[in-house]
Amino acid sequence: MLGKTAGGLYWMFRFLERSENTARLVEAGFRIALTRSTDSASEWKSVVTTAGVLEGYTQKYEDYTATNVVDYLLRDADNPSSVTSVTNNARTNARMVRNTLTTEVWEAVNDNWMTLKSALKKPIKETELPALLGTIRQQSALVRGALYGTMLRNDIFDFAQIGTALERADNTSRILDVKYYTLLPSASSVGSSLDNVQWETVLRSVSAHRSFRWLNADEITSSTIADFLILDARFPRSLVFCYKQLVSNLDFLAKDYGARTTSNDLAETLLAKLKSHDINDIFEEGLHQFINDYIQQNNAIGLQIEQDYRFNG
Amino acid sequence: MGKKSDHFDEMLFGDQGVRAPYSNYEKWFSGEDAARLSKKSKEAEAFFRRTGITFNVYGQAAAQERLIPFDLVPRILSSREWTRLSKGIEQRVLAINAFLHDIYHRQEILRAGRVPIELISQNEAFLPQMMGMTPPGGVYTHIVGTDIVRTGENDFFVLEDNARTPSGVSYMLENRETMLQMFPELFSQNKVQPVSNYPKNLRRSLAACAPKSCSGKPTVAILTPGIHNSAYFEHSFLADQMGVELVEGHDLRIVDGHIAMRTTQGYQVIDVLYRRVDDDYLDPLNFNPDSMLGVPGIMDVYRAGNITIANAPGTGIADDKAIYSYMPDIIEFYTGEKAILQNVETWRCSEEQSLQYVLDNLADLVVKEVHGSGGYGMLVGPAASKRELSDFAAKLKAAPSNYIAQPTLSLSTVPIFTKKELAPRHVDLRPFALMSPNGINITPGGLTRVALKEGSLVVNSSQGGGTKDTWVLED
Repeated sequence: MLGKTAGGLYWMFRFLERSENTARLVEAGFRIALTRSTDSASEWKSVVTTAGVLEGYTQKYEDYTATNVVDYLLRDADNPSSVTSVTNNARTNARMVRNTLTTEVWEAVNDNWMTLKSALKKPIKETELPALLGTIRQQSALVRGALYGTMLRNDIFDFAQIGTALERADNTSRILDVKYYTLLPSASSVGSSLDNVQWETVLRSVSAHRSFRWLNADEITSSTIADFLILDARFPRSLVFCYKQLVSNLDFLAKDYGARTTSNDLAETLLAKLKSHDINDIFEEGLHQFINDYIQQNNAIGLQIEQDYRFNG
Repeated sequence: MGKKSDHFDEMLFGDQGVRAPYSNYEKWFSGEDAARLSKKSKEAEAFFRRTGITFNVYGQAAAQERLIPFDLVPRILSSREWTRLSKGIEQRVLAINAFLHDIYHRQEILRAGRVPIELISQNEAFLPQMMGMTPPGGVYTHIVGTDIVRTGENDFFVLEDNARTPSGVSYMLENRETMLQMFPELFSQNKVQPVSNYPKNLRRSLAACAPKSCSGKPTVAILTPGIHNSAYFEHSFLADQMGVELVEGHDLRIVDGHIAMRTTQGYQVIDVLYRRVDDDYLDPLNFNPDSMLGVPGIMDVYRAGNITIANAPGTGIADDKAIYSYMPDIIEFYTGEKAILQNVETWRCSEEQSLQYVLDNLADLVVKEVHGSGGYGMLVGPAASKRELSDFAAKLKAAPSNYIAQPTLSLSTVPIFTKKELAPRHVDLRPFALMSPNGINITPGGLTRVALKEGSLVVNSSQGGGTKDTWVLED
């Protein structure tokens, strides 16, 4: 496979994953704004920060209103991570690697682009937002379904999965990075229950409020939530889960190509480090520092993969 | 049928009924409901959009990706008609290859005075870098798309020999796929010769032209200018169908005297490069130094015999519109036979007398730029306003040798399906011929382009033309 093609697949799936994640962030923000009108500006600000686009946003807007944030995150072509932008990019990458995709996957990506282009043409009314966010999630589910159902399990599939895993890990870790303070057991609140709305937003932004409750019915503490998001291998957006997937797809590649790369080692080391901790160690070490290190290493692994598999020459 | 027409219609003879190749189809059509067909027509459009069968139009940012309209009435040729056409094409392709070999070697045809030397020596499409070099397998034109028009029962004319990088074959294949999906019953009622072998034949044909340096199974790749090129869909479609890599210039470099592509596991040598990039852009070291699309030094690798480039660089000299008028002589010179397919009468404006004739009769003629393509920069006299005619006359006088002129042919029509009925529209035909040392293979049929506007003669997709599935019936 061409290095460029591997890169195209990797980015195509990173962008698709980002589109879905952004929709979830907006959904969580929207919900908290509806249920708690007094402090919605700071919630919207943390949504923008989590999406990693604070700088671009502040160049355009001074305040954090639902209308502006939703527009910037979903529609704005000036925002390289808006759903509009990443949907375009995903499709451009898909066109580039089209000869590696099954008809089903290509059509799903193309349909995703056509559907969202028309749905995001005009500013979004509040009444339409829930249905639109549903559509965004559904469209990426269709692409994923086509991928799982029709693609050969070879290097093409591996690069698609690697892109998804890295983007997802990045997303979950950024949510933790922005919201870590709400999970810190401060001296005064030891033993007291967490700020309900805050932790619910965190869980909603990774579509995990239901699964979390199901697993931890009565034990809603900072450590159970952090444990769930970082270490629970059952939860498909936890850091451990993403890295297990990443390591396994990199392993398949190494077997397929008959050669291990630096990225194999880096990813394995990071996974081993995650697994060697329990959540108390992490709090003791400092949650924020831990997350920060993780984000940096995740980025470094992304760059290493680009180099090892010659995405850009 | 709508209006009566003076043109030869390939389906309906005025009052005399239906021409034989269409008789089965017509029976089926008359039993169909217009509303159902309208619905099918919309389905076809949705299908093309969903599968992304689009092309890009240069200079139109808003309409960056457009669909080529597809008409659901097939264009049908009998086996006898096709046999004659394909013989004529084969003869032309052989002659063009012999001509190219001669022009880049001993230039006998120039010595014999059959083609004027200035036409070659002063032609930008002539590549001095090709002098004295024979491409692997002796093949210059691996793929040719001959443009053919028809004016009567037995009157076929070649309009252009596209010997550089003819496009459109993906539409030939997808149009058939669409018809098979929409109207399977038609294919059990009519015995239509298949076209779906084209990608397999193309791959085989290219592999058979691999250079001597290639010892194992040849590695074939398609070189595209990239996703912004108007024919990008076709490039990726063919790569997919042939199971070969689709590369861009920046994926390639020279490794140990060979062209190699950057893969996830290092550089891999390419033996045959089907390039969809013009000569000018192929090699910034040897041609246009500003090109980002090609591979620096590929011409040196080529000359060393370590890669096959398809089509060979410099083939443009054979499909130049000024050379075109000499094709009957060229065919006779190399094959010893009269041309099977006629040439359209052509006035070379570089010649004083011809120029005068063209200026005097501008309103009746079609004038084309010698190096133009895609229907751009062309004048259709009968359709032009007085103002357009006088503007064009000025351009002609300023640079006569840039133009040739031809009579306005009364092109045949084939009906298209409008919302409720059949209506005649002008068509042309581009069959695709593959050449290798093993011979010439022509896919039965080709791409039929149709001018969708009533009375229009311009079939180019960039100028509002559409396409039809083209059937060649079995005996």
